[in-house]
Amino acid sequence: MTTTAHDTPRQTPPAGHATPGAQSFPLKKVLLWVAIIAVVLFSLGPVLWQWLTSIKTNDAITELPVVYFPAPNQYTLQHYIELFTRERFGAYIFNSAFVAITSTLLCLAIGSPAAYALARLRLPGEQFILAAVLIVTLFPYILLFLGLLEIVRVTGLANNYLALIIPYTAINLPLTILVMRSFFQQLPRDLEDSAKVDGYNTVQMLTQIVLPMTLPALVTTGILAFIFAWNEYIFALTFMTRENLKTIPVAAAQLGGTTLFDVPFGPLAAATIVGTLPLILLVLFFQRKIVQGLTSGAVKG
Amino acid sequence: MAKLELRHLNKTYSPKIVPVKDLSLAVEDGEFLTFVGPSGCGKSTTLRMIAGLEQPTKGEVRIGDRNVNAKAPGDRNIAMVFQSYALYPHMTVHDNIASGLKLQKVPSNEIRHRVAETGHILGLEELMDRKPAKLSGGQRQRVALARALVRRPDVFLLDEPLSNLDALLREQVRAELKQIFDAQSTPVVYVTHDQTEAMTLSTKVAVLNNGYLQQLDAPHEIYNKPANQFVAGFIGSPQMNLLTLKCQSNNAILGDYRIPIPGGFAPPPEIVLGIRPEHVRLARPDERQTIQGQVFLVENLGMSYLLSVRVKGAENVTVRALLSADQRWNNEDLTLALPLESIHWFNAQNGDRLPTTHEEARLDQGIPVKR
Amino acid sequence: MTTTTDPIRAREQRTGWLLLAPAALILLAIYAYPIGRAFVLSFFTENLGTGLEPVFSGVDNYVRMALDGRFWLSIWNSTIFTVVSLILELILGMAFALILDQAFRGRGIVRTIAILPWALPTAIIALAWRWIFNDQYGVWNDMLVNWFHILENPVNWLGNPTWAMICVIAADVWKTTSFVSILLLAGLQSISQDLYEAHSIDGATPWQSFRQITLPLLMPQILIASLFRFAQAFGIFDLPQVMTGGGPGGATEMVSLYIYATVMNYLDFGYGAALVVITFLVLVAVVALSTFFLSKVRNATGVQ
Ligand SMILES: Nc1ncnc2c1ncn2[C@@H]1O[C@H](COP(=O)(O)OP(=O)(O)OP(=O)(O)O)[C@@H](O)[C@H]1O
Ligand SMILES: [Mg+2]
Repeated sequence: MTTTAHDTPRQTPPAGHATPGAQSFPLKKVLLWVAIIAVVLFSLGPVLWQWLTSIKTNDAITELPVVYFPAPNQYTLQHYIELFTRERFGAYIFNSAFVAITSTLLCLAIGSPAAYALARLRLPGEQFILAAVLIVTLFPYILLFLGLLEIVRVTGLANNYLALIIPYTAINLPLTILVMRSFFQQLPRDLEDSAKVDGYNTVQMLTQIVLPMTLPALVTTGILAFIFAWNEYIFALTFMTRENLKTIPVAAAQLGGTTLFDVPFGPLAAATIVGTLPLILLVLFFQRKIVQGLTSGAVKG
Repeated sequence: MAKLELRHLNKTYSPKIVPVKDLSLAVEDGEFLTFVGPSGCGKSTTLRMIAGLEQPTKGEVRIGDRNVNAKAPGDRNIAMVFQSYALYPHMTVHDNIASGLKLQKVPSNEIRHRVAETGHILGLEELMDRKPAKLSGGQRQRVALARALVRRPDVFLLDEPLSNLDALLREQVRAELKQIFDAQSTPVVYVTHDQTEAMTLSTKVAVLNNGYLQQLDAPHEIYNKPANQFVAGFIGSPQMNLLTLKCQSNNAILGDYRIPIPGGFAPPPEIVLGIRPEHVRLARPDERQTIQGQVFLVENLGMSYLLSVRVKGAENVTVRALLSADQRWNNEDLTLALPLESIHWFNAQNGDRLPTTHEEARLDQGIPVKR
Repeated sequence: MTTTTDPIRAREQRTGWLLLAPAALILLAIYAYPIGRAFVLSFFTENLGTGLEPVFSGVDNYVRMALDGRFWLSIWNSTIFTVVSLILELILGMAFALILDQAFRGRGIVRTIAILPWALPTAIIALAWRWIFNDQYGVWNDMLVNWFHILENPVNWLGNPTWAMICVIAADVWKTTSFVSILLLAGLQSISQDLYEAHSIDGATPWQSFRQITLPLLMPQILIASLFRFAQAFGIFDLPQVMTGGGPGGATEMVSLYIYATVMNYLDFGYGAALVVITFLVLVAVVALSTFFLSKVRNATGVQ
């Protein structure tokens, strides 16, 4: 099972290349498909289960044995409606989206020039800076929250979007710098030389030549930054205590934690679907870009 | 007044990598200077130093008699055409051509006028709104050229601008280049691997090797009077025959034959004889200055054959001759003439040209020539 | 070489520093300052007892930590969690990568599905798993009892210390296996097919090829994935916090949960800072060791 096929499927083994397993070829194929189905079920199962739960009536949710596929009279949108009426999920979605999008744009605006400086401008100590940036990607946020909490207190930024936007910009900067740098390094050098001869200064070159050419890379990096910002939990939990400023992950997590007895399984499941849907869509549309960004950030960096 | 002058230019990347060691030359208005030399001899490096893309380790670049070492590339008023064309992929042809002018804050109606004019010269009118990705190689090349021309720079720099074109197109664009640059007097510095380009386009050719200037001369001088063995071997195709021979009194010994060395210098114990294959002829029956040998390799070059001949009495010496294609040559014994006036003599120790009497010992004009 | 003689380059570098400055400032403020601050604060006592004013107390916090059973338990929990989930993720991630590297119809969509878990918010995923492991209505119990008949009666998974840890690990493995498989798949795709063909002509079995070609050549990716996963797993917060809250009885209280509780619930900032420092040092030590190892492996395999 070592055929690494790339983008063109290669179904038949080369002729005259009889391996001992040649006769069991169908068996191999069956095994492969079993494995593929296992991968799909493994990856989708929990999400699908949440989705099924979220569209079941409360009675169906608590029926035993477990109802997998609800009967026609067991469907409901009630849980979703509840999220937006009894809870303030409209506001939470806005908060998450606003913070994630703003910090992503800020991160690209600050990270790309830095990446360009590290890719092309031959700064002394470049290797050291890069190593520092790389190491910083490994820090778990729990190590930062205590110090940040102090800053937030002193500056009075608690319950201000900036309390999330600034840290989210920072936590995405290392990845942005590493990914963008690796893209900048792949640009043909002649173009920048030509621009210099034409009279572009470094900043003009960055904004008018280099960044327009790396638009796809900016999209890639932006998607990753958005995902990380949308998913962040501990800062959002700590710095945003006012109800109407919470982000989706925090709000969803706290939905179940409030009452021990009457756990709202339905709305909880609906909340997980609402909170994951934007990311599911992102992954569906940008799978290739995400993979490209992750590997160029982690492996080449 | 020299428009472009290089004074003792040196570029040291690291103690081991010194592509340009000591280079001085001047390019005047109306001159078209071409750099040729083997790969890695520092042609591009020199061009990039002129442009300001690399800083010389030592020496000066002067444009319009002012030292421009400290000026950024954009402030030198030069234009450069790259081998890869380096067109901005996200801009239309028009914007590519106009980009430099916009940065110089040229008024927009003048930009429009100049871009249109240049586009007209290069036949780009129909393509102005396209992006580079939608152009053919030849069209891209023209856009790159237009981007340089429209700037009206003090110096044009071109680094192998035609080498990405196919052979047919290259000839055509070469002819156009000649017309365009003949029509204006701005100095041009051109880098190429193609000797035909060097010969046809240039008013002066600079042969570089090993970081030093080997010869700087008009194309026909380079061909007819190579300053040293390196230039002799580098210029001309097929390559000049270069035979290291022993001397006896006033003769060089080539196998069973003696070749008289003309006066003008004292015959050393060893000497290098050079003769271009195209100057080697079949001997006429009455000729005396001939050699005999056996053909062991025939290469068909289309309009002629390149024959490799083993000289009688000197089995390890090969003479290559370019002979007409109207005859078949196979393992024959031939008698060849080496016309004395076509023979170049070089010092076997340092490779320098030995001036012979019949070319009235005229030394090169004080250009330092080293190996 | 000196740069002082090159005014063009000097100007370029000045611009470079300016371009770098905003990013550097933010990184310093958000990363360097909090860590540095934790080091300082760890030598102070700052809690309700001192009226939340920092009072210098030397190494008191560290002495206290050495005697603090809850701290050691949290370190132990973090270690168990990290090691077990890392191993499982590597094995499973490798299996996924090998499967996704095969040629089959619909591979693109399967790859998309396979990276989905990585992209979803951990806190929300923790909710999903809490629901799956629910003792009354959980689908996991139902499957074991009614489908596979492994269990007679439903189990309160998250109420049992051992099972709770296993469940948290399972959720983490689900969430991050895809990350590992993305990196490993990229590595697999960079291995030339010719190597395998030559090897199988030499008579090697697929298993031998895997051992002798795939694993060694994939070593850099395996180590990088491990490094990232180690750091993230050792500091994991959202998953256990939402899924079990550290319970039952502290059985899944990771060091990060303990730090959070120390600071946010007990308002013991000095001690919290000391905990941060120790966690940081453990991380740095492991990362330093493995990068050393990584560079050795890279040299050995000649990759990059
Ligand atoms: N930035 C650099 N750092 C170190 N060495 C360099 C650098 N740029 C060029 N070199 C070296 O300098 C030498 C000359 O390079 P250059 O590009 O000038 O050669 P060239 O004459 O243009 O060759 P070609 O005909 O192949 O284009 C080469 O050996 C090259 O490897
Ligand atoms: Mg070159």
